[in-house]
Amino acid sequence: MADPLLEVSDLGVCYGAAQAVHDLSFTLNAGEMLALIGANGAGKSTLFKAITGLVPPRRGDIRLNARTLLGLAPGRITAAGVAMVPEGRRLFRSLSVEENLILGGNVGRKGPWSLDKVYAVFPILKDKRHQPGPSLSGGQQQMVAIGRALMSNPQVLLLDELSLGLAPVVIKDIYALLPAILGEGLATILVEQDVSRALKVSQRCLCMLEGRASLAGASGDFSHAEISAAYFGT
Amino acid sequence: MEWINPIVQGVLIGGLYALFAAGLSLIFGVMRLVNIAHGDLIVLAAYLAFSLVGLTGLNPLMCLVLVVPLMGLLGYALQMGMLNRVSGGDVLPPLIVTFGLSILIQNGLWTLYTADGHKLSAGALDTGSLPIVPGLDIGYMPLLTFVAAVAIIAGLQYLFYRTALGRAFRAVSDDGEIAQIMGLDRARVFAFAMALSMAVVAVAGVFLAIRTNFDPFIGPSRLLFGFEAVIIGGLGNLWGTLAGGVILGVAQGIGAKIDPGYQILAGHIAFLVILAFRPRGLFPRIDG
Repeated sequence: MADPLLEVSDLGVCYGAAQAVHDLSFTLNAGEMLALIGANGAGKSTLFKAITGLVPPRRGDIRLNARTLLGLAPGRITAAGVAMVPEGRRLFRSLSVEENLILGGNVGRKGPWSLDKVYAVFPILKDKRHQPGPSLSGGQQQMVAIGRALMSNPQVLLLDELSLGLAPVVIKDIYALLPAILGEGLATILVEQDVSRALKVSQRCLCMLEGRASLAGASGDFSHAEISAAYFGT
Repeated sequence: MEWINPIVQGVLIGGLYALFAAGLSLIFGVMRLVNIAHGDLIVLAAYLAFSLVGLTGLNPLMCLVLVVPLMGLLGYALQMGMLNRVSGGDVLPPLIVTFGLSILIQNGLWTLYTADGHKLSAGALDTGSLPIVPGLDIGYMPLLTFVAAVAIIAGLQYLFYRTALGRAFRAVSDDGEIAQIMGLDRARVFAFAMALSMAVVAVAGVFLAIRTNFDPFIGPSRLLFGFEAVIIGGLGNLWGTLAGGVILGVAQGIGAKIDPGYQILAGHIAFLVILAFRPRGLFPRIDG
């Protein structure tokens, strides 16, 4: 079997004084979606901060295409092919929709994504391209955040709380658009509060509990009770 | 005409106040840094021009060709070497550091140049004026200062909203962490902002030195005018800053017309009145 695209091994990350991730190991293959589930404070966002280079890990390794990402500045990691849709979207509020997207492509990584292609997937953004980010609805802002991440032509896309704060009908729309995005052979790690939705769209899942992996395997393999036990630690 | 003259002269001097304020406004907008040494850096630029004029015999306005890039470089170095260590977090540490810098510059200039006052001459421009109507003349230098202020603010506005560097300024100011992920180096973006601010300071310093006597200790009062112009106009709004400078200048002009002793006081009163009724300034753009 070929090397995994992303490989996290024995990862330990401290966030502030507390250790948020312990001895975490997992792999992600090209074109695959991994659902990362777990309660608040389980260490999911800290893991994303470690992968994107915002927080340096205490121990372990993170490798993309067999090359370590440790020690690289966040911009270099983006240039290497990792992009994130952060929790709460975090659009640049004084930038227009289009400027947000342009900045997403700032690292200059080559690939299929361009402004035109993002507008083709999210036509509503083209109509609103000169408006400031905060003037858009929550769902449209999430589209900008996704488009901004895609503009760096990533190999690995980290989706943090895609549905947080969005109306159910909007969440449905966003998920309906995911295949159009992932059709490009992107590998994805999806953090999602809605566990059953996350398991439905992903091929594999990883459940975290207090910073450790409490369950890992194919998304369809586990019973409700097993997942519940891994999620809550009961 | 009796009242029109002080108002017109006030508008023109407002251009100088806007020049004092524009760099201050820019720095606060990008990195929430209140630069207490801003006024002293203006005076430093004036002395730099003074030395260059002494050395080369050039017209001080020609010296801008050297003073602007030199001050820009100084700003870049200042931010990279010192201010980045305290920028971007709590507002208090940079306040204290720039306060220290202010004392350092004042005493450094005093040691190097003594406390004697100096003034630069731009030749015939100093005293020449344009007669508009009988009783109303517009001096070349005040006019040039005002035109420079409008041009600089228009240029900064363009840079801020129409260029990649301006986009980087706004992005880093909005969310430094995400901007880092997008490959923007916050330290360098801040350093470019400070360089730009100091380039404007250079122009302000030279125009100040041509207009009035300067000594090492006049910085803090220029800082005060700059602050007042920024606050009157509203934080983060460059055209507002120009309006703030003009309001300050006109208030001073009217005050001086009533009684020369009221000139400075009238400006401060106008500032306080606006602060009382519009605490966020006339045209605010930045929250908090």
